[in-house]
This record gives sequence, structure tokens and C-alpha cells, in this order.
Amino acid sequence: MSAGLLATSPGGDVLVAAIVVPVIGILLLWLVRPRAVEWVALAALLANLGVAVAVLRTVSSSAAPVAYLIGGWQPPLGLALRADGIAAVFMAMAATVLVPVAIYARGAFGAPGERRPMVFWTMLLAITAALNLIFCGQDLFNLYVALELLTFAAVPLVSLDGSRETLKAALRYLVFALAGSVLYLLGVAIIYGAYGTLDLIGLASIRGPDGALLLAIGVMTAGLAAKTALFPLHLWLPPAHAGAPPAASAVLSALVVKGSFFIALRLWFDLLPPERAVAGSTLLGVFGAAAVIIGSAMALRQARLKLLVAYSTVAQLGYLFLVFPLGLGSGAAPFESTAWTAGALQLMAHAFAKAAMFMAAGLVYEAIGHDRIAEFRGLGRIAPLTVLTMTLASISLMGLPPSGGFSAKWLMLTAAFGEGAWWWVLVIAAGGLLAAGYVFRILVPAFTPPEEPIARVKPVVVRREAAALALAVIAILIGFLPLAPWPLLAIGRIAAGAP
Amino acid sequence: MSLAPLDAATLYGLMGAILVGLGLYGVVLLGGFLRRLLAFNLLGGGVFILFGVVARRGAGAGFGGDPVPQALVITGIVVAFCATALAITLIERLTEEDGDDPSGGGS
Repeated sequence: MSAGLLATSPGGDVLVAAIVVPVIGILLLWLVRPRAVEWVALAALLANLGVAVAVLRTVSSSAAPVAYLIGGWQPPLGLALRADGIAAVFMAMAATVLVPVAIYARGAFGAPGERRPMVFWTMLLAITAALNLIFCGQDLFNLYVALELLTFAAVPLVSLDGSRETLKAALRYLVFALAGSVLYLLGVAIIYGAYGTLDLIGLASIRGPDGALLLAIGVMTAGLAAKTALFPLHLWLPPAHAGAPPAASAVLSALVVKGSFFIALRLWFDLLPPERAVAGSTLLGVFGAAAVIIGSAMALRQARLKLLVAYSTVAQLGYLFLVFPLGLGSGAAPFESTAWTAGALQLMAHAFAKAAMFMAAGLVYEAIGHDRIAEFRGLGRIAPLTVLTMTLASISLMGLPPSGGFSAKWLMLTAAFGEGAWWWVLVIAAGGLLAAGYVFRILVPAFTPPEEPIARVKPVVVRREAAALALAVIAILIGFLPLAPWPLLAIGRIAAGAP
Repeated sequence: MSLAPLDAATLYGLMGAILVGLGLYGVVLLGGFLRRLLAFNLLGGGVFILFGVVARRGAGAGFGGDPVPQALVITGIVVAFCATALAITLIERLTEEDGDDPSGGGS
């Protein structure tokens, strides 16, 4: 690869569509009649899915990244958009999650024309645009703007119902997120000061193993870890994700936290010289391991379903950070390693399973009027489809075969065994057992026949149950992909061609 | 000891570093959302000054500064302003809610 010289590839315009389509959707939301708002948002998300699939097909058929130079200007003067294999896969994953979430959320926020539905749909489309920009952004400052856009769209979703608790949760989230993005910006300043460019490809071609790059990536990783809720910076996540309305929690837990993780992944695997990454990646792995154990243990102790699911997110995010030591420690090219595929699978399986889980939790709340786990007896009789959704999602979260969660954890175990790193094996196994503990706390009472029939507060809409079920089924189906590194995920990695 | 080796860029760099340190301390350790928001603004201010230093040190011959970091800093300031506005709105709403709630509490 001729580093630094990039041209708009055939079909590169589709990357512009990935960012512009959701934004056009937002503008249309505010122009149409209130009754049409939900349909416009749904149409925009479907169009976004079409665009994401087009990007994925272009990348996989040409086995090369898709690139677009904005205004035809070469970096470092201009900005480039570039979707490589993993970016295209994640873009398609996010677009796929968003459509059932929209189907689920239709009609869930009161009458059309009120404040809440307008805020929800606007922010949902803004999150879509920000995620697409994060996945295909190629300039570190451009990524900063995308990160902030993601934060500003996510925070209002937390406090959508305006109660005191959710306002506090939103503020705490905002403080963590702002501190995180300022630290990221500090890293951007250091990198620009040392290298005079912020383009990832350009940087990868001129990087040296110097202190400035290490300091910058260290500071940026700390900031991104705060936004991804890596232990011990996870304190904001449970109240924020548990307090948001279910459709919003699904997007926040499944997708929003993954945006900052994706940037950390790029920094470590594209920019950092591998020989300098070992010590730091072990540290990230240790935090990830602590998140797996402590997040699961906290989930075991929760009395309310939504908080349990939120703590489970803390634990499942911990697994993602095991990719750093496992992927960088194998000695081989990290993108062809088992750990790289395992991380991508874990990210996707968790996205589908957790979105399904939060949506099911919302349906449970509607059906019986509360989400106290201790009083779930007989739930299976009242809302069988919802309990089925929770069961399928739980299978993936625990990592039982066949499911996406199983494939991810199996590949992680394979990678850990391959490197002789038995301590990560212990963490992964213990995390799976603890996850089984917390999901059986939900499922066992839900399947137990009630002593007396439990009261149904409100009938559950089948359309919404089906949307949640579809996501859980996808989480299971990911488990049928071959258990081997995907060549698709290695397409167009920058460091593969860098010195 | 003379201050001669301390040119303007270094001085600004040190000031920026001090602001970043103060701001980080405040964001992490202060209580109350308003104080932490102010600390975030200090932190941001420190980072913006560092961008200024980068612009000055990277200046081409005959130029006052490298324009790229200046452009970045303007965007950064706009973003920080939006963030502050959003946080202030949330804090105001929270204070209103606390006003309705006789038990008080506060943050």
C-alpha cells in the first residue's frame, strides 16, 4: 500500500450517503406532520441499512477498503472517509440493530407531536450518523467531532422521562463523557504537535516508537475507556442505561458504548507500534478482566431486571478489552489472529443480545407493571414470546453454543490457550459461570408456574415482541458462522502495509 | 536565573499543562455537578492553549502560526460551548426537580 496517498475508490460515494442519509432524515422529521415522524425515521433507518449493506458488499467483493476524499482534497489537507473490513461489518451491524429498535419504539413515547417522541427519533438518527462517521472516519479530529456528536445524542436519551433520577444519571454520564473526550482531544493536540498530521494512514507511515505517540495514545485511551465504561470508570453506566426508556437503553448499551471502543481499537492496532503495546495492552486486559468479574458479581446482586442487564453490559464490555492483550500478544499480524475475530464477534453478539434483552425488559415492565426479579413467577405464561427472547439473548450472553457469544468466547479461549496465557482462560471461564448465575436468576422464576395467576397490567404488542425476538435470533445465528478468523475483518488494515 | 530560555510558547505550554492538571483534579474529585462542569471547562481551556502552542511551534517561516490547530481549536471551543450549554440545562432541570421535592437532597 502506498501510504498516505489515497484516492476515492469506485463506489466511494456510498460512504457519504452513510453520513448524509441519517442527517437528511433528521431534517425531514422536523418538516413533516407529527403523525408521519415515526415513518420518516423508520424509512431513514431502512435507507441507512441499505447503504451499510452496499458498503459491506463493495468491501467484501473487491477485498479492498472503500475510500472517499471529501471535496477531492488529499489528506493531510483534506479529510478522508475510509471503510475497511471491520468498519463495514460494524456499520452493517449497527444498521441492523437500529431497524428493530425503531419498530419496537414506534408508539412507545406517547402521542405524536409531543416533545418526547421528537427528541427520541431525532437523537436516534443523530446516533446513527455519528456511529457511521466513527466507523469510517480517517482523521483523528474528525473522529473527535463524531465522538462528541455521539455523546450529545446519547445523553438526552437517558433523561427522556425527565425524572430526578434520570436527570442525575444523564449528568453523571455527561461529566464522564466530556472528561473522556477532552482527554482524547489532548491526545490529538500532542499527536499534531509531534507529527503535523492527524490522518491515520499518514500517521501510520511516519510514526516512530517515540514518547509523544505513547503519551498521546495513553491519554486518549484513558478518555475512551471512560466513554466505554471500562472498569473502574464504569460507575456512570448502570444508572444511565437502567434509567433510560427501553428502546433508548437498547441503543445505548448495544451501540453507543461501542463507538468509543472502536476508536480505541484503531489507535492500538493501527497506530501503536506493536512492540510498544505489550505492557499497556496487558493493563487494559487486567481492567477488562476486573470488569468481567466485578460487573457480573454486581449483576448477581441486583433486585431489578434493568439494573441487572446494565451491570451485565459492564461485564460484557470487559471481554472486549481482552482483545488488546490477546490480539497484540500473539506475535502474528493481529488482524489475522483469532483474537481479532473473537473481539469483533463479541462486540456484535453483545450488541444483538443486549438490545434484545433491554427491549424484553421493557416489555416485561409493561406486562406486569414492575421489573422486580423476585416477583417474576409465572411470567412465561403471560408473555411467552418475551421470555423466549430473554432466553435466547441469555444463551448468547452466557456463551452457550450455538450462539454468537459462544463463538466469541470460544475463539478467545482458543487464542488464550494458543498463547499459553492461562490467566485469561480463567477470567473467561469465570465470567461465563457468573453470567449463567445472573441470567438463571431471571429465567428460573420466569419459567416457574405461579402459585396464583399473576396480574397482567397491559397486553403486550406482538409487533414489539417480534422486534426484540428478531434481535435475539440474530445473536444466536451469529453462532453458526465458521469458528475461524474471518478474512473479511483483515481487509484494508492500515498497519498491515505500514513499515 | 534568567527567564530567557522560557519563550512564549513554552510559557503557554506550562500554563496549559497547569490548567489541564487543575481541571482533571476538579472533574475527578470535586463534588457537585456545577463545580465539575467548571472544572471541565478549565480542562478544556488547558487543552485549547496547548493547541495554540502547537500552532505557534509549527509555524512556517514568515507566519505567525500554523493555521490548522487554530481551525481545530475553534471547532473544539464550539463543541465545549455546546457541551456546557447542555450540562447547564440539565443542571437547571435537576435544580427545579429538587425545588419540587421537599426532602431536598441535591447532588
